[in-house]
Amino acid sequence: MKMIIKGGIVYDPANGIFGEEMDLCIDQGRVIEQAGGEVIDARGLLVMPGGVDAHSHIAGKKVNTGRIMRPDDSRLGTEPRSGVCRPSTGYTVPNCYAMGYRYARLGYTTAFEAATPILEARHTHEELAEIPIIDKGALTLFGNNWQVMECVRDKDIPKLAAYVAWGLRSARGYGVKIVNPGGGEAWGFGANVKSHRDNVPGFDVTPAEIIRGLAEANEMLRLPHSIHIHFNNLGKPGNYTTALETLELLKDIKPGRMRQVVHVAHMQFSAYGGTSWRDFESKAPAIADYFNTHSHATMDMGQLLFGSATTMTADAPLEYGNARLTHNKWSNHDIELEESSGVVPMIYFRKMLVNAVQWAIGLELALLVRDPWKTLMTTDHPNGSPFVNYPEVITLLMSRAKREAEMATLHEQLPNRTTLPVIEREMDWTEIAIMTRAAPARILGLTDKGHLGVGADGDVSIYSIRPEDVDAARDHALVKKALSSALYTIKGGVVVAKEGRILAAPEGRTYWVDATVPDADHDRLMPEIEDKFAKYYSVQLSNYAVQDAYLPSSRVIRAGLSVEPAKSARTLAEVA
Amino acid sequence: MTESVMIKDAVCSFCGCLCDDINVEVAEGKIQRVRHACRLGSSKIMGHSRMQTPMIRKDGVLQPASFDEAYRRAAEILLAAKKPLLYGWASTSCEAQKKGVLLAEEVGGVIDTTATVCHGPSVIGIEEKGLPGATLGQVKNRADTIVFWGCNPVEAHPRHSLRYSSNSCGRFTEQGRAGRKIVVVDVRETRTAKNADKFVRIDPGCDYEVISALRMLVAGKGDVIVDTVGGALKADLAALAEMLKAARFGAVFFGLGITHSKGRYKNIDNALSLVADLNQHTKFVIMPMRGHYNVGGAGQVLAWSSGYPMSVDYARGAPYFNPGETAACDLLGRADTDAALIVAADPVSNFPRETAAALSKIPVIQIDPYENPTTLLSDVVIPCAIAGVEVEGTAYRMDGLALRLRKMVDSSLPGDEQIIAEIIKNIRELRQKAEGGA
Repeated sequence: MKMIIKGGIVYDPANGIFGEEMDLCIDQGRVIEQAGGEVIDARGLLVMPGGVDAHSHIAGKKVNTGRIMRPDDSRLGTEPRSGVCRPSTGYTVPNCYAMGYRYARLGYTTAFEAATPILEARHTHEELAEIPIIDKGALTLFGNNWQVMECVRDKDIPKLAAYVAWGLRSARGYGVKIVNPGGGEAWGFGANVKSHRDNVPGFDVTPAEIIRGLAEANEMLRLPHSIHIHFNNLGKPGNYTTALETLELLKDIKPGRMRQVVHVAHMQFSAYGGTSWRDFESKAPAIADYFNTHSHATMDMGQLLFGSATTMTADAPLEYGNARLTHNKWSNHDIELEESSGVVPMIYFRKMLVNAVQWAIGLELALLVRDPWKTLMTTDHPNGSPFVNYPEVITLLMSRAKREAEMATLHEQLPNRTTLPVIEREMDWTEIAIMTRAAPARILGLTDKGHLGVGADGDVSIYSIRPEDVDAARDHALVKKALSSALYTIKGGVVVAKEGRILAAPEGRTYWVDATVPDADHDRLMPEIEDKFAKYYSVQLSNYAVQDAYLPSSRVIRAGLSVEPAKSARTLAEVA
Repeated sequence: MTESVMIKDAVCSFCGCLCDDINVEVAEGKIQRVRHACRLGSSKIMGHSRMQTPMIRKDGVLQPASFDEAYRRAAEILLAAKKPLLYGWASTSCEAQKKGVLLAEEVGGVIDTTATVCHGPSVIGIEEKGLPGATLGQVKNRADTIVFWGCNPVEAHPRHSLRYSSNSCGRFTEQGRAGRKIVVVDVRETRTAKNADKFVRIDPGCDYEVISALRMLVAGKGDVIVDTVGGALKADLAALAEMLKAARFGAVFFGLGITHSKGRYKNIDNALSLVADLNQHTKFVIMPMRGHYNVGGAGQVLAWSSGYPMSVDYARGAPYFNPGETAACDLLGRADTDAALIVAADPVSNFPRETAAALSKIPVIQIDPYENPTTLLSDVVIPCAIAGVEVEGTAYRMDGLALRLRKMVDSSLPGDEQIIAEIIKNIRELRQKAEGGA
């Protein structure tokens, strides 16, 4: 099906297009030079590539646990079955259908699930397959895995790379996620690690060694994405030093592709100063300074917004702490040989100083890091806030007046704990297009996403905003309204949403990475894996890997030791 | 004579243990031998007398019919109903359950699972307090203290102890049974209790009091406790509390003895709280002993489709959940449903008598491989292939782990998923016809 989008003001920063009036043509799901067909009138309106969410919790056991333990949440946002839509439920933990429809309404066409244990990847893919419209993928957890820790202990990076490749294939995963490395294993007996230099009980390795080892294996395999890390000590006062020290561990690692060597998940939760909640303060300036002076790391904000959230993470000791702190209900789920995890509902309050400072930190990070290619706009859905609130975050970044109005409603001590009140920066549409489209695609290594060059996926969002007339800093309420419900969302050349109505619900694709390793490394690895299944796993090796049946529509990205780095990719330095 | 084929590591689709190390010998399209499975699993996989032909009740008698006739009649019944009940789902695959949710949406019905008369109270307890759990392999590798409360795995989940709990060996539990303390709390000395290091016999219906006493003892507030609680001596409970606190990794498994005795979901709420409390002293997890092999999967599928894990009412178009109002027994009890589709379940045997009687007053469609008491009052009976033996699919173990069920032999009968898809197709055709006619 052919389509031409006429006269839009296009923001396609990956291709050096910063608000130019131009026509876009799509045929057979891809952007092409010229086409006829269906005409979409976008004269004077904001046009961007479809949004890409590189870190969101949208599928799998912990998401479903959130739904099961929160019938109160499922009662929110209820919409009956209608037209092409199946029913929607939930706010922080929407049902699968609502996930697809709501992303599409925002103009997003791709979202990646941020944390899946290999053993439970089958469940994740069952849910991903039920999410309509958007393309997706799932990052695979490796940071507390026995086989990983043993390879790291033995300093055998080729064998570790073979395991990572095998694990990604087994999980049909897209990249290497590391969450509180070593801490999840310690949690197996109710403990945690207190720093990246602690020994992981029973394994004779430190979190620092796990992180470095996985980064080296990741680059040896030339995976499209870098390691994607949730730091030790996340969520604790004073944890910014852990963040900075961990980043320092990785600065000399040579990237296997032209991209970062580490992506930091939800940086906001790891940019805390103070020695306790009493003297809790923002250390966002120190973190931003590090990102401004180093080029090996990228981050996503993990912005917190006031109101209801559901915290869910593979950082199980953190969730136990959340439950004790808030006296809220607590789910925990340890995964044999691989991970732990937890889920706790949460409400963030304007008048609670800690929450207000957390809110400010996310914004400070995005505004103080000069290069928008290094900072993705996320809320760590649904940990900081559900993704439906992205327009709120975007308008906060674009309008100092909005930030000031918001701060006036917060705890009065806030200005003493954060630099946000003095930050003048107001982002423009180019920066927003980078933070929500171009940068997440580049950081994930998705070459067909996040831009509108010839050959790119025909994913486009058009908003009822005239960027040449509207002053987003002043008219932030109008901008927020327009961003909340795209005029058109086009996915693969099909109009899937128009003015908030879902017109089509095609099946999205699932991306996963198949990396090749030398046979010799694989052959050295397999006896150790077989031994673990014989002795420790509660399932048979032959029932472990996710079967083809669970990926009805998949896109395999090849990587590994015999693959040349993608030539089209540019370095961060070149872009900056 | 054709050669026999050995299918290795097949998943047993009997109970919530989902043992995945079953070897099955197949020759001439028939299962000849089953290895590694327990008696219960073996018996299911080997198979027994099956229904072969669909039946439709005419003039008060079930009479053989074609599949197409049965699909059409089922569709007519569901379309004519104002609020059909779609019940069962525990002993079939997630693929069939997904189609069931779609059917419930299409006909504006109520979909409920056998959890409602099983671990439904556990689900409500989890809604109150969350579930501090783990995969079974975590228990196998780490647990040095295991409590079985109101459950009897030796008879109901025969391979649980060897594969996952009391007698399993793992990385930090090399000594297996010898290195573990096993506790059983029950109202009678079960066979599981006979294998325990400590058996605490309590009076029927007193679980809540006993758990409360344990929570006080764990919190160091034992002085407020009377000398006997629910039939157990205070000294005995104090010793138990110390034993739990001394664990390096503790696990509680609970069964219907606590979910369906006095207190119901409150018992579970309290047990979950006890485990949360124990985590201030050591590591502890808790898990329901799910009975039917995929009752867990039914909860998962319903949750990701509707937001709720059971008793979901689609009469308003959007999912609505209110156990006490929308569970199968609630609907039948107040005659608030006018047709029922029963898939892979036998409510006539398992429901309270009055509720089962209510089923006899409305049209009933049954999809099942076997004749059972529910067949006797059904108006349409559709025999199906058995998931996990004759059809592939997905099931969720009692710890929430998804596994792929294998197909071992062919069947001439359609699977549940296919049958429900055919009924949906017929409903759409009938609707179109009605619209065209009008």
